[in-house]
Amino acid sequence: MCTCDSKKDIYFPLPATVSKVEPMTKLETFFSCRLDSGEELGHMPGQFVEVSIPGIGEAPISVSSSPTRRGSFEMVIRKVGNVSKALHELVAGDKIFVRGPFGTSFPVDGAMKGKDVIFICGGIGLVPVRSAIQYVLDNRGDYGRVIILFGAKTPRDRLFVEELDKWRHDKNVTLLQTVDRRDESWYGAEGVITTLLPLVKIDKDNTVAIICGPPIMYKFVVVVLLEAGLNENQIYLSLERHMKCGVGKCGHCQISNIYVCQDGPVFKFSDITDIEEAL
Amino acid sequence: MTIKKLDKAALDKWISACIENQQVFGVQARDDRFVFAPLENAEDLRLDYDVTILPPKKYFLPPRETLLKFDRKEGFESIFDDKPFVLFGVHPYDMIAISQTDKLFSEDHHDTHYFERRQNATIVACDVQNASKDVFAGCMGTATVGDGFDILITKIESDYLVDIRTEKGQALAETIKDAEDADEMSVKLRKLVWADNTELLQKHKLHIRPDVLPRLLDRSMEHPVWEEKSQRCFSCGSCNLVCPTCYCFDVQDDVEWNLQKGRRYRAWDGCLLSEFAAVAGGHNFRRNRADRYRHRYYRKGKYVSEKIGEVACVGCGRCITACTAKIANPVEVYNKLVDEGK
Repeated sequence: MCTCDSKKDIYFPLPATVSKVEPMTKLETFFSCRLDSGEELGHMPGQFVEVSIPGIGEAPISVSSSPTRRGSFEMVIRKVGNVSKALHELVAGDKIFVRGPFGTSFPVDGAMKGKDVIFICGGIGLVPVRSAIQYVLDNRGDYGRVIILFGAKTPRDRLFVEELDKWRHDKNVTLLQTVDRRDESWYGAEGVITTLLPLVKIDKDNTVAIICGPPIMYKFVVVVLLEAGLNENQIYLSLERHMKCGVGKCGHCQISNIYVCQDGPVFKFSDITDIEEAL
Repeated sequence: MTIKKLDKAALDKWISACIENQQVFGVQARDDRFVFAPLENAEDLRLDYDVTILPPKKYFLPPRETLLKFDRKEGFESIFDDKPFVLFGVHPYDMIAISQTDKLFSEDHHDTHYFERRQNATIVACDVQNASKDVFAGCMGTATVGDGFDILITKIESDYLVDIRTEKGQALAETIKDAEDADEMSVKLRKLVWADNTELLQKHKLHIRPDVLPRLLDRSMEHPVWEEKSQRCFSCGSCNLVCPTCYCFDVQDDVEWNLQKGRRYRAWDGCLLSEFAAVAGGHNFRRNRADRYRHRYYRKGKYVSEKIGEVACVGCGRCITACTAKIANPVEVYNKLVDEGK
């Protein structure tokens, strides 16, 4: 039996203050926060935190900013459950509580280093991946080409519109966007995200792909990447489950023998190809 | 440490002394079944019980447990349960389940709420005297137990051997009066009890050794048994509820009438319940009954087993008894996989 006598409580959330709230779409709102202790969150791109509102509950939320941008951490929260609805009521100056960061991260300091990186994001899949994109752009010299493919349902559902524009104008970045359904404001591509892939040249031996989006997107994107000659170990993806406790106990995020909160949310594709229920 | 031999009168005297000195939970009869409950009189303790309705995990991972208190202005405060208590009459299979849960709650992230209770507990295990109708601990290697407990009681003819193993056990045994050290013959007879129990606690017989289960399951993902059995599953979670090795939980907040203060609690959850793997926004990663049904067997026989190095089913048979649809017999399922294996 474990005789560790530390009174440290893995369920104890730390106070943080919301410094900025900005609606992004009808459902998604941007939050910038700071730990009240003054310390950095200490996360890596792709990790998540458990965000609490006392009396409402706790929910896993991915961190959307890069640790290279110090002083605060950012999240984009979709209004879907009790906690996220309550978060949408908050204004700057309000308090939230956080535990974490938890989970694995995109290999920004590992497999991605020195390589071309292709980010493929669908909808709010851009939220966790933005952390890695910012990290790469802040250390631009450490990576090869940077390609970002982004797909949204409609032009109005696009997140980080200004930042997307900035990336579009960045000479060091290739950004391609598409929407499932065009409207009068949109002059860009229409169609699912896989239609963008043939438009970019992929150096198959020298590329790492990062994918995040709705469950259905993975199946199609992975097939196209493998056809383009990438290996299963050059593909990383972030999986969504309900990581209720964040510490590998509560069982909710389990897929076969892995706990998404600990073994993920970021997985190397070759590590989960044999795992039933993963994709 | 030492093994004492007590007659019934000395045993009752000792139990009475224990009750006087601290909180004791012990096995008692409720109609024709048994439960762990606060023990007030030594004569209420039924060491001859077959199986309890709920396993003793409820003392370490209560059905509903406050983790934190909060004040919406002040924030959170951790709540720990730090009262010492004695758990009297834990059967070997349940003891093994507790030791498994110890491992799971200590590794990676140490769960202080669980261990505060665990460290405050003195566990008096007892060898089984009467087999329950669905027990199969004999085939799981859990009919007897070698460690984890503080004291082990074994009935030998009309006497009781009290095997004191730890310092906590020693402290509890200090109030034992009128007892001698166990004689060699009684200790030998105890070995016979263990051998008998391994034979007797096999009301259902597994056709393979339990350590083969992970490999068996490796090739059984697509077996028709999951669909076949789960067609009758009510998704009620009774099998989860009564299982000594199920520990999944949900976390919720409860607010007081003033909307300022409240508690964050955790409560037992079950992977057979339809919403268990649902995420906000409506997607459910295990929407089909068969997927949830299969998940439970894989968790016991493979996922947790691979994590802790022992099969996470201890053969208590509670799920078999509790299942309304009569589909929860693990032995039946595993045997089907063996006999109809592809």
